[in-house]
Amino acid sequence: MRFRVYRYDPESGAGPGMRDYVLDIEARGKMVLDALLALKEQDDSLAFRRSCREGVCGSDGVNINGINALACVTPLSGLREPIEIRPLPRLPVVRDLIVDMSQFFRHYRAVKPYLINLDPEPEIERLQSPAERADLDGLYECIQCACCTTACPSFWWNPDRYLGPAALLAAYRFIADSRDQATEERLDYLEDPYRLFRCHGIMNCVEVCPKGLNPTAAVGTIKAMLVNRTL
Amino acid sequence: MIPKRSFDAVIVGGGGAGLRAALQLASREHKVAVLSKVFPTRSHTVSAQGGITAALGNVSEDSWHWHMYDTVKGSDYLGDQDAIEFMCRNAASVVYELEHMGLPFSRLANGKIYQRPFGGQSKHYGGEQAVRTCAAADRTGHAMLHTLYQRNIAARTQFFDEFFALDLVRDAEGYVLGVVALEIETGEPWLFEARATLLATGGAGRVFRHSTNALINSGDGLSMVLRAGLPLEDMEFWQFHPTGIPGVGCLMTEGCRGEGGYLVNREGERFMTRYAPHALDLASRDVVSRAIAQEIDAGRGCGERGDHVLLKLDHLGEETIRTRLPGIRELAIRFAGVDPVETPVPVTPTVHYMMGGIPTNLHGQVVTPMRYGPEEAVPGLYAVGECACVSVHGANRLGGNSLLDLLVFGRAAGEHMLEYLHDNPYPRPLPKSGPEPALARLARWDKAEGSERVAAIRADMQDIMQNRCGVYRREDSLRQGIAELTEVELRMARAGLDDHSHVFNTARIEALELENLLLIARATLVCALARTESRGAHAREDHPDRDDDHWLRHTLYFRDGDALDYKPVRLKPLTVEPFQPKERRY
Repeated sequence: MRFRVYRYDPESGAGPGMRDYVLDIEARGKMVLDALLALKEQDDSLAFRRSCREGVCGSDGVNINGINALACVTPLSGLREPIEIRPLPRLPVVRDLIVDMSQFFRHYRAVKPYLINLDPEPEIERLQSPAERADLDGLYECIQCACCTTACPSFWWNPDRYLGPAALLAAYRFIADSRDQATEERLDYLEDPYRLFRCHGIMNCVEVCPKGLNPTAAVGTIKAMLVNRTL
Repeated sequence: MIPKRSFDAVIVGGGGAGLRAALQLASREHKVAVLSKVFPTRSHTVSAQGGITAALGNVSEDSWHWHMYDTVKGSDYLGDQDAIEFMCRNAASVVYELEHMGLPFSRLANGKIYQRPFGGQSKHYGGEQAVRTCAAADRTGHAMLHTLYQRNIAARTQFFDEFFALDLVRDAEGYVLGVVALEIETGEPWLFEARATLLATGGAGRVFRHSTNALINSGDGLSMVLRAGLPLEDMEFWQFHPTGIPGVGCLMTEGCRGEGGYLVNREGERFMTRYAPHALDLASRDVVSRAIAQEIDAGRGCGERGDHVLLKLDHLGEETIRTRLPGIRELAIRFAGVDPVETPVPVTPTVHYMMGGIPTNLHGQVVTPMRYGPEEAVPGLYAVGECACVSVHGANRLGGNSLLDLLVFGRAAGEHMLEYLHDNPYPRPLPKSGPEPALARLARWDKAEGSERVAAIRADMQDIMQNRCGVYRREDSLRQGIAELTEVELRMARAGLDDHSHVFNTARIEALELENLLLIARATLVCALARTESRGAHAREDHPDRDDDHWLRHTLYFRDGDALDYKPVRLKPLTVEPFQPKERRY
């Protein structure tokens, strides 16, 4: 199979470019990560992140034939050749397929992604009904791979001020938790022309999320809550 | 001299164990650094599926005493009963704590934490099946790791992401004074000086060809300990999880069988009825893995090559699978090409967990034989999680006990480190040699041009371990494995890299990881050859019985000359009556 892979080595003095590779690999049952690992055996200077190799850790988000995806759960079969693999868009490239995620995680930390509940802790668990818990389905499964945020045109324009779909989904995950008491504080922070309202419902995030989550819907709900509380 | 950072404590590893310990330390006014070679939520804890075991009794009557009995029995009596009591006693409190931190546990109709049956669990000391494993669907590890990371954000823990720890720094009196670590992004080595160092570096499942483990599980902390001249404990005991997807290794949680799934062979027979008439598919993992291996050996395996059996889930109905096993369904569709709602999933025993590791006591202090006994604490050094051996898992771990282990002992180690820091308020002078050995390891790969390739050596090591040290072991094949591994080690000395850059040089990281894996492979083979009995996950065809007279003891392996030593199993619990070794049946 034929591959074109984005290469950039900041120490070499040469600019970034695409390099062509040919790989003798049976596509059936293999993922793009398998191909990257095989390419690295040919050329050990190829750098990319990977860990769980099963789509739960979020390390290997890359851009494959123009679409953000996890390399480890993207089947080789069905991909148009040469398969083009690039780093996730809009984040600074450290080297090859490795991007600097600092901005992405700054936005995550900014939404206070932790439960806030100031009541004394009971001796046992806090109770939560199955229906209340079901509100968290589709929110808590996020793996912070950044496929969504780096596919979002609003993020491309305002990466420093717009929080992006992953951070907004995290914000809503705690707003939606029946045990959390900081909804007002969270909404106050999000009520901002950039942080939240740069989301224009483009839905690229939904398109690319490897876990099948829907950040646009979460953003829509937050917007509705903001409208409702002014009425 | 390399640049230095100074902290009160350094934690190496950002998985569940490291993050839980970090929370304990962050709550006081200490300077703590967490080093992780990957961004913390990429750690292998994220892959844990089925749950965390604690006798909450939310579904049916339960007691930590029964949990303790099951764990002692599951360990094939090699577990230390004081440590097991400590863990089972504290189980409920660490689970409630996690719930208070915000972990999104699945819920029962009455709003309490959802629990499911898991293997080896019983009521009334061996009676009917208990329902003891607390779960967030089948993504408990993911939910736990993210929750712990989120709490650490709230606690403002200082993270050093993508720092690869190379070696411990020890002075002449044996005090551990920190670690040398490589900043992966710049390629620059740093000295992290600290009065207390905690290793929470996880397992080393990548020594085997077929493993459920993440690619990062290379036993880095274990090897640092070996290189520091300290021993590893019980390295012959590796758990083969009964249900990994053949070829790729992805795990199908034991929760599948907890929810009512079962295994069938080529003839469609539910074969566990013959191996474990009482517990059936929820027998202990070593028992189920051996049963599958025997079915495959007897020609009753499924598929063209007859190399697996089938995990049947389709009778559970789509609703149960959608709500209780959604991640499993996703993995089965992606990696086995079948939807478990309609089609049974191919599974085969796959390396999953190391019961052995860095010997520690109840407080997470690393212990070693010294002047006054077999378990003297190494000052300033702690270990928790899969890399540690307390030993609560003995010869075989029960499902749901590893997340519990890392929480209970992560918290305990954090507590003890606070005491240690209080008692040792001043940093000791760094030894003159300081980071030199670590830097020499690094320099070797900076220059090395060699004929041998790292990837090829790694593949050969994995094949040796898979073929010579699998579910069943024999003296001749283990000896052959050691001879073959020695060849591979010689090739490693001739290995080189093409990439000599500094910025994010992952080729060099992989080479350093392989150095670590090779030490673990050797330790495993040497320990497995020496133990001439079958106990828990260590099954010797040439010594099929458990031998309590000679082998009710822990193995200690030292790197220097492959030396072995032994220490007694702690059969006396803290407060309750001991469980005497008896025949183990499910």
